[in-house]
Amino acid sequence: MRWSDALALAVRALSAHRRRTLLSLLGVSIGVAAVLVMTTLAAGARRYVADQFRTIGADVIAVVPGRVETSGTIPGVGSAPNDLTIADARALVRGVDCIARGTPLLIGNEALECGGRRRDVLVLGTSAEMLQLRGMRVATGRFLPESGWERGSAVIVLGSKLPPELFPGEDPLGRTVRLGGWRLRVIGTLAPRGTHLGVDLDECALIPVATAQAIFDTRTLFRVMLELRPGVRARAALDPIRAVLRERHGGEEDFTLITQDAILRSLDKILDMLSLALTAIASVSLVVAGFGVANVMLVAVSERTREIGLCKALGATDADVLAQFLLEASLLCLWGGLLGVGIGWSATAALSAAYPVLAAEPAPWAVGAALAVSLGTGIVAGTMPARRAMRLEPVTALAGRRT
Amino acid sequence: MIELVGIRRSYALGGETIHALDGIDERIESGEHVAVMGPSGSGKSTLLNVIGCLDRPTAGSYRLDGREVAGLSDAELARIRRREIGHVFQAFHLVPRMSALENVELGMLFDSIPPRQRRERALAALASVGMGPRAGHRPGELSGGERQRAAIARAVVTRPRVLLADEPTGNLDQTSGRAVLELLDGLHAAGFTVVIVTHDPGVARRAQRVLLMRNGRIVRRMPASELRTLDEALAGAAP
Ligand SMILES: Nc1ncnc2c1ncn2[C@@H]1O[C@H](COP(=O)(O)OP(=O)(O)OP(=O)(O)O)[C@@H](O)[C@H]1O
Ligand SMILES: [Mg+2]
Repeated sequence: MRWSDALALAVRALSAHRRRTLLSLLGVSIGVAAVLVMTTLAAGARRYVADQFRTIGADVIAVVPGRVETSGTIPGVGSAPNDLTIADARALVRGVDCIARGTPLLIGNEALECGGRRRDVLVLGTSAEMLQLRGMRVATGRFLPESGWERGSAVIVLGSKLPPELFPGEDPLGRTVRLGGWRLRVIGTLAPRGTHLGVDLDECALIPVATAQAIFDTRTLFRVMLELRPGVRARAALDPIRAVLRERHGGEEDFTLITQDAILRSLDKILDMLSLALTAIASVSLVVAGFGVANVMLVAVSERTREIGLCKALGATDADVLAQFLLEASLLCLWGGLLGVGIGWSATAALSAAYPVLAAEPAPWAVGAALAVSLGTGIVAGTMPARRAMRLEPVTALAGRRT
Repeated sequence: MIELVGIRRSYALGGETIHALDGIDERIESGEHVAVMGPSGSGKSTLLNVIGCLDRPTAGSYRLDGREVAGLSDAELARIRRREIGHVFQAFHLVPRMSALENVELGMLFDSIPPRQRRERALAALASVGMGPRAGHRPGELSGGERQRAAIARAVVTRPRVLLADEPTGNLDQTSGRAVLELLDGLHAAGFTVVIVTHDPGVARRAQRVLLMRNGRIVRRMPASELRTLDEALAGAAP
């Protein structure tokens, strides 16, 4: 039998029962759409998170106090470490060749007051190098002074959102603000920079790191940010950095080095699992749809028992009959798959419009996989009914009986 | 040429065995017109199904044109059904969702005949049974006689040698029945081997030879011209 003829027969048979065909096809399309939406959402979420971390910069290594056992995960819990000090930061910048520049970083929350106004801000205690390292831009005035890191001074640079709130309609430069009981002079304001790793840099205030140590009464740093010389790979810098710090910390490795690569890699692992879980959940609906198709095909086989007998009497081989019903089931699922891709596409477009941060289009591979899976569903779901049709004896089938 | 030797067809039903065919020895020459008669349950349909390769005998030898059929594979049997044998059924067995034309084309699909050739042959076959004008109609829109004529067109469109008809007029009124019988006569005249199962002596008399069956055996063979009634013919048979 020719494929084109078999196909035409299958289409005829399916269109003879429009409503039934449509309903079972819808089952498949909902399953496919669910899979597509889930994988796309997962991809969108992954891209969003990855973008966030990518802004660390491939050429930046962060040193944080404390040891984290599983390399690559984000530190925070660990045994009480040695302090990570300004002197450590200095030693790294001086002692490791491939480091172009570095800056100590200390972070705390504090109330910022001026006149009658008061506002909680995130305070970054850092140095002049931060400007280049994080790609910040000064809007008015100047950035933190280039004096030694250990020397504090009573100055402050404001993120772009702060001046309009604290000094509405006025020039903040040269004004004095109070931060945790300290009086600081505003020497500059920053251009908008946006959110970075969940921190809105526009709502931060920057002060010299030594000043921050005094205000927050701590010696240890939150982290040291190191920028590599151009062309140096982060991986190559890890060992020299480790060596310098370990020597300063009495041989103990009580710190963790974070690179963008390592973070992205461990994020990838987490997000892979997330995608997999979402896809698995969505696949359940496809399995359910498969049972629906199998059922519809079983009904078709018993309805068309005489027709099957007739086809055999007219010379159809077992393979012809098998192919016929497999083709019908596959076609049913493939149409369902195509419709599902359409639905999934519209749904992701709608979701992307509603949540632009997660915006993503279904990947071509996901569309291809969805169609392949629906076709596979058709073949699997159609096999049992088709085999039942194939096994019918011509005489009994013609009599409308099944055994 | 159809040669049957010691053909048996048994069914195991519950504990007992039913012998639908209980040792059939028969030879039907090419181009012969044979009628099969007998009481209900005597095995006429079973015999026709065996000859038509729709059913496999439990035992015995069946040679079609000198070729042993008993041991053939399903695919080879399908080929014989496709090429060598045409079936006409009492219940017509037309596919309701297809037009008369498509129904006639159906068998040729399984023979991979190209669409254009298929259509030409189907239209010619329909025209030859006087159904040309109704080619586009579905079975539901045709009378019983018209349906059976379409079914005959379907049976002969592949140019088989043997035409098997199991009570082809059983569901038809006299006039439609006569038209169908005249078609079959014409096909016999055109060279087909025709085997027809019937309850009607009037139908059987149109054949050349009558086979009388009882309890799965052929109990009497007689020229059609000598047939009067079934009972009388059976009374003259060996017990
Ligand atoms: N699938 C089957 N299973 C069991 N017994 C069967 C089966 N098919 C036929 N038989 C039996 O075989 C015998 C012959 O049946 P067959 O249909 O050949 O008779 P027939 O001569 O065609 O009768 P009728 O004139 O009523 O059509 C009957 O006794 C019938 O009950
Ligand atoms: Mg019968």
